[in-house]
Amino acid sequence: MPVELISANQAAALSATLAGRANRTGRGFCSGVYPITPATECMEYLCAQEIEKSRVVRVESEHSAMGVCIGGAATGARTFTTTSSNGLAYMAENCITAASLRLPVVMVVANRTMGPPWNIWADHGDSLMMRDSGWIQFYCADNQEVFDTVLCAFRLAEDPQVLTPFMICMDGFTLSHTIAQTKVPEQKEVDRFLPPTSIPHQLGRIPHALGQIELSSQVAAHRAQHHNALLGAEKVYKTVQDSFEQIFNRRPAEPVVAYRLEDAETVIISMGTIGATAEQAVDKLRQQGVKAGSLRVRMFRPFPADRLRSLLRGKMFVAVIDRDISLGFGGILWGELRGLAEPGAVVQNYIAGIGGGDVRPGHIRDIVAELKHRSVSAAPVIMEELL
Amino acid sequence: MNEPMLGGMIQTELDRSTPFLRSGNLNCGGCGMSNILQLLGHAIAEREVKLVIPACCGAITAGNYPQSTFDVPMILTTFASAASVATGIASVARLNNEDTRVICLAGDGGTYDIGLATLSAAAERDENILYICYDNEIYGNTGGQRSSATPAGASTMSTPKGKKEIKKDIVAIMAAHRIPYAATVSLAHADDGLRKMRKALDTSGFRFLHILSPCPTGWKSEPAMGIELVRLAVRSGLFPVYEVFHGDRYVINVEPDFSDEALGMYLSLQRRFRKSGMTEATLRPEIDRYWHGLRSLSGRIVPARRFME
Repeated sequence: MPVELISANQAAALSATLAGRANRTGRGFCSGVYPITPATECMEYLCAQEIEKSRVVRVESEHSAMGVCIGGAATGARTFTTTSSNGLAYMAENCITAASLRLPVVMVVANRTMGPPWNIWADHGDSLMMRDSGWIQFYCADNQEVFDTVLCAFRLAEDPQVLTPFMICMDGFTLSHTIAQTKVPEQKEVDRFLPPTSIPHQLGRIPHALGQIELSSQVAAHRAQHHNALLGAEKVYKTVQDSFEQIFNRRPAEPVVAYRLEDAETVIISMGTIGATAEQAVDKLRQQGVKAGSLRVRMFRPFPADRLRSLLRGKMFVAVIDRDISLGFGGILWGELRGLAEPGAVVQNYIAGIGGGDVRPGHIRDIVAELKHRSVSAAPVIMEELL
Repeated sequence: MNEPMLGGMIQTELDRSTPFLRSGNLNCGGCGMSNILQLLGHAIAEREVKLVIPACCGAITAGNYPQSTFDVPMILTTFASAASVATGIASVARLNNEDTRVICLAGDGGTYDIGLATLSAAAERDENILYICYDNEIYGNTGGQRSSATPAGASTMSTPKGKKEIKKDIVAIMAAHRIPYAATVSLAHADDGLRKMRKALDTSGFRFLHILSPCPTGWKSEPAMGIELVRLAVRSGLFPVYEVFHGDRYVINVEPDFSDEALGMYLSLQRRFRKSGMTEATLRPEIDRYWHGLRSLSGRIVPARRFME
């Protein structure tokens, strides 16, 4: 398999290109794109590709970028876009539409701080804002994972049992602009993995309406269907992993990546690139005799609650690192998983790296040291306040 | 195309076999949009169509899931997204060599206000879309607030004493994009309207139709008087009926007689102009100024033909 030296932004666009081309025998590929730092390079790379039976529309706003994807997906094309931060906020209304119309749009979000204050660096606050919108959300930790997750995203989103849009999140600059060797499969292999798409409610020749008025009972029924489809996506992802492995000879990462967890007494839980840093910190801590382990939550929606509950069984010290803050509450990841830990466990929240702050292995070792002094969980700690 | 002056509203062999707008739709009595859809159905005939409707009264027209009152495949979009969603649909249709007309049907709020940037961008890209703005000069769906299409002097729920600002000139804006075809359509001149709809349906690239759409609920007028009100607006010069090719060739289609009597009747048949005290005399200078510009653009200094009843 050829190896390319590309950034994660380019890897995402290249993956989408291969996926788009794979639908050339279907209804083609249609994408609306609009630039925003740090996702710009992804759309630029896509705009430079020659894709058979495709159109990449350079629109005037993120709102319209998603609009084009909605129109494309509703008539059976494979669709992709990319954005970040305030762009995602501007796009939000149509993101909800894409989800509620059950259209398998795939989007890469280069996570960036919501402004103001204006800041272009990594922060998960943008994509987490869309937590409840009915999208699948995966957070990636390296270039290969971004490439692979984009391919898996099309397969999972287009699965008739799932049919929801899919957001692949990567830390802005920290990952989006990091150049690394990335294994890129041949088109014919991607063709096998991603057969031509079609959705059952596609607009064809028969008169029917998408997105109509519904009574409350109909809304509740559709929300239940959507919710259950998302909950079922975790199981479908396993079949996607199996098929991916069969075709590409490597297995895409698990929904939750456990690292040296079995005998760990202290567990560090995080999302995105902080998870990769945490694994390094774990190695160092182990050398120092501290029994630490790491859990990286890759799949945030649907939330893998059962998986996390069983992984956290017997773990009495849990540090949850959030690169986000729900103002007036605390870390969003912490809020979701604190109820899943062993009863009596210390589940302490550390808010670190927001606004793109650099989170190094040393910071994570400090967190573990701080956690050891606690006998009960307290209010979330904002790391900058500790300094 | 031998429909009588009555407006081609009668069934001919050229017509589609099923109505475009089905009975049981949720439009108010006397809604101009119902007339537009009736006329549009005649124009579409057996052509394949996909309809895109953003938030507006048209979204209500479609009715409750799972029934639809439109006889074509359609999608209801967010308020500012008609032209972008239509871009996606038209792109995929072209990729698959499908002879599909993608039609946006949007109100004045979705066209003049919230959807203007999306509309402008789609026009600039010359997307293969027919965009129809049914302009009832008010946010009807939300209960009647002012839009930038509301004429000066009209009372709305958000301008109870009458709007101060004059109506935005949307056709000039669209013509400035140099799109292949932009036109205004009068419901009182159905033969001209039908011709323009057919022309717009069979032109490729971005086409824009602006249609004055009576709204008895918002205009506080008699439902049965809708077409008559449009006729008075055309006759008095208030609603010019013209078309613009490629942004530079202007053709005036109906020559008004600029009758103050017609203008007075237009105002007095609607209660929305009462509070502001808008009269023929206050409106006339702006109408004259507009027509002066239109005549210069059309290259016709003298009237083409007299208005015919």
